[in-house]
Amino acid sequence: MSTVTATEEFTELDSVVVRFSGDSGDGMQLTGTQFTNASAIAGNDISTFPDFPAEIRAPAGTLAGVSGFQVNLSSHEIFTPGDSTDVLVAMNPAALAANLPDLRDDCIVIVNEDAFTKHNIKKAGFAENPLEDGTLERFRLHRVKLTTLNREAVADIEGLSQKEIDRTKNFFSLGLICWMYDRPMEPTLEWVQKKFKKNPTLVEVNTKAFKAGFHYGETTETFQLRFRIAPARLNDGIYRKITGNEALALGLVTAGKLANKDIFYGSYPITPASDILHALAALRHFGVRTFQAEDEIAAMGATVGAAFAGAFAVTASSGPGVALKSEALNLGLALELPMILIDVQRGGPSTGLPTKTEQSDLMMALFGRNGEAPLPIIAACSPSDCFDTAIEAFRFAVRATCPVIILSDGYLGNSAEPWKIPDPGKMEPIKVVHPSKVDGQEFMPYERDPETLGRPWAIPGTPGLEHRVGGLGKAPVTGNVSYRPEHHAQMVEDRQAKVDKLTDIIPDQTTHGPDSGDLLVMGWGSTYGAIRAAVSRAQSEGYSVSSTQLRHICPLPKNLPDLMGRFKKVLIPEMNCGQLAFYLRGKLGVEVESLTQITGRPFKIETIQDAIRDLLGKDAK
Amino acid sequence: MATRTANGKAPTPKLSRKDFASDQDVRWCPGCGDYAILAQMQKMLPELDIPKEDIVFVSGIGCSSRFPYYMNTYGIHSIHGRAPTLASGIKLTNPKLKVFVITGDGDALSIGGNHLMHVLRRNIDLTVVLFNNRIYGLTKGQFSPTSRTGHVTKSSPLGSIEQPLNPLSVALAAEATFVARSIDVETKHLQDTLQQAAQHKGASFVEVLQNCNIFNDGAWHHVTKDDAKEDHLLRLEPGQPLVFGQEKQKGLRVSGLGLEVVEASQADTSPFDPTEKSGALAYALSRMEYPDFPVPIGVFRQVDMPTYETDMDAQVAFAKSKKGDGDLLDLYLSSDIWKVGGDGKVPEERNELKKQIRS
Repeated sequence: MSTVTATEEFTELDSVVVRFSGDSGDGMQLTGTQFTNASAIAGNDISTFPDFPAEIRAPAGTLAGVSGFQVNLSSHEIFTPGDSTDVLVAMNPAALAANLPDLRDDCIVIVNEDAFTKHNIKKAGFAENPLEDGTLERFRLHRVKLTTLNREAVADIEGLSQKEIDRTKNFFSLGLICWMYDRPMEPTLEWVQKKFKKNPTLVEVNTKAFKAGFHYGETTETFQLRFRIAPARLNDGIYRKITGNEALALGLVTAGKLANKDIFYGSYPITPASDILHALAALRHFGVRTFQAEDEIAAMGATVGAAFAGAFAVTASSGPGVALKSEALNLGLALELPMILIDVQRGGPSTGLPTKTEQSDLMMALFGRNGEAPLPIIAACSPSDCFDTAIEAFRFAVRATCPVIILSDGYLGNSAEPWKIPDPGKMEPIKVVHPSKVDGQEFMPYERDPETLGRPWAIPGTPGLEHRVGGLGKAPVTGNVSYRPEHHAQMVEDRQAKVDKLTDIIPDQTTHGPDSGDLLVMGWGSTYGAIRAAVSRAQSEGYSVSSTQLRHICPLPKNLPDLMGRFKKVLIPEMNCGQLAFYLRGKLGVEVESLTQITGRPFKIETIQDAIRDLLGKDAK
Repeated sequence: MATRTANGKAPTPKLSRKDFASDQDVRWCPGCGDYAILAQMQKMLPELDIPKEDIVFVSGIGCSSRFPYYMNTYGIHSIHGRAPTLASGIKLTNPKLKVFVITGDGDALSIGGNHLMHVLRRNIDLTVVLFNNRIYGLTKGQFSPTSRTGHVTKSSPLGSIEQPLNPLSVALAAEATFVARSIDVETKHLQDTLQQAAQHKGASFVEVLQNCNIFNDGAWHHVTKDDAKEDHLLRLEPGQPLVFGQEKQKGLRVSGLGLEVVEASQADTSPFDPTEKSGALAYALSRMEYPDFPVPIGVFRQVDMPTYETDMDAQVAFAKSKKGDGDLLDLYLSSDIWKVGGDGKVPEERNELKKQIRS
């Protein structure tokens, strides 16, 4: 929170990181989202990080039940939700305890004093009351009786239980923070109107709570400072906020339109991928058919069937679900039909960390199928990039007639950033050809297109092209069942060559910064923001360092070996134990440095900056 | 009779059995019951009056699952137990297609048990034909989920200690709207049953008692080979009483919560009605096993229910009627928006807003 100028009333900041934290039932995700919306509308660049437990309502007041929402607001372009918190709103002692390690000195801490009862303090693991014992000395502490103040504020509204009233205290805190950061009231008040339009009492109580919080800031003398963050200088355009999961849903529907195809989405509920299902289920008017299958295997099987019948077929899941889909995905590979599998990765192994992020499914995506089973893999690197990735994945799938894997993760899926709304009219159509019968010619289901090596996507309902496909070994061209050695060898080679052929349309890998130097920091997926920000800082410190984010993991861009060779060292930060590093060492025979983190949380900018300094020496050259 | 085409093109001459035979050599063991089922299917299909390009056969893994390779229609030989899932995706994508799932007792009731249950209860308009030979044939003779307790096989040298599943009871419990049984060697009955199943609107399920002459020969001899086989068979016919035997000398009577075999004169004479909604009698009939009871064949249950894909299409049509054909830009804009540059104000008029995005 670097101070730029102080006016009479406002201190101008160029960025701030605010974190709302409370019990799972305290409505922190909602509060954070509303604050983000108000800030986005005010023109700030934003980046959010929702961080919640897998349990819907863990026991109140416990560390296990703490749900947080962090947002970074800025007047310039930002790439991450921020390393450390500038302002913490803690609804109870557990929320304070959970966030203490992330608070920088002089951080503003607003606590709901009412929640600091002996019982709650003990539950949070504090020996003494942290508000009294000096624990918070290095912070700017504000003790606010949120519960009491909120009760008083809405006391004249009849027909609500104490519990219902207390549930609105998050709106009081939202109002206070909106006042503090000079956010307009309107977006939140409009949202309340819309959300509770069927229940006027709830509109009234939430409106009152919000306004009371806002006015509390104004009238009390506790808060002497208000802050302003100027609008960010983003490119001109109309913007909205978008999460990775929303962007995937929009991208899939867009791809369908670009190809004049209906989307079939076969899926089984799983965290953190379910939001894609929810988004698509609401889009029946786009011809989207969502099929909530009986299990992950069925979701994949139905996707393969839909692809055979001619739909743009998609399934999505997370690690444990993708493991279950492996066999049916491999059938899709053997049938050589276009479709998409999205893996919104989470911490593993097994059930692992359902709501926490990780990039540990890379090896599964590359190699997690029986037999020689190569598939194209694209890793989205930001929430808005998820949109482009979905469209690109369908281009690949149609061209190479095979399943394409999209790797996202929990962080990308749930985090939001501004998205400049594109003009769909300017997007290149996706050309799909379903062959029809040519008189006098026998149809050959596995006759390959010499340019793409894909096979004809002949769909049921087409007279004269009746044919059978299956998972058994087959002869080239005819696709008839065959176990002959030369047939098997050729089919294996053809399927690999077909995937490799995609390099014809994969753009060259480019760098942020010079295309040669001492160090290339190469990431994939959601590490983009932290890497980009860390490298920018290192560059401004004078280091010879560039960054690049690998979106195309299989096949790799043609120029990648050359690009890597132009740097003395290559550093690969990953939220796993070094899977991309392992892959590149084997695939390209190159030596790389690995920076790994397996905490279930995204990288901090600082962590990557430190690694750069360690590799290049403390002083910039 | 002429064949309609799905896209309304000129009628073509009626298809024959030969039109449905593919160019692939059939490779089941000589004497296998599958041959008879394949023949009846190929004979039956022309009766449906559907062009062959609109027919899809989907199978899983097992001897029976080689079936699609021998049909000159569209087909997928998929993976073990999952055929219903692929068939669901096909039918939902193109509801005009006639979809058959070919499966076996291991494929449908063991590895694919979950999918069978769900494809039936969703009432997706497709026909599941389960070849029940009470053995794993392709893997050379292990006991299956329909093998009798005590059955000695390679994987149960001291006899199977498992209780078998009854395929029809499973189908009825899964809310299948058409449930029937036939026998590989009852050619006419089999052809009729397959045709009724295919013409049923909704999920139809046919168990075919099929002989594996290599690994489980004679599993169904009591209803196929015995001189007294008619005494062991109950031929279900709508509108007819439940009587059976060479001379129709036996019948059934409700006893407690089940059925008992009695002399025809003492039998319940009310006509059998497979359209009865509760399916209670159908279930009781499905429980009857030789030698205590005759083995019923024919249609156990046939009720009308909305199909999944019809309801799905209705939702799509409803959504389009309410919201119009989906417009991408409207979709992108269905969130709080703000403007950077220019006057910084988002135009209130939607068309003006779209114009700015397009410019």
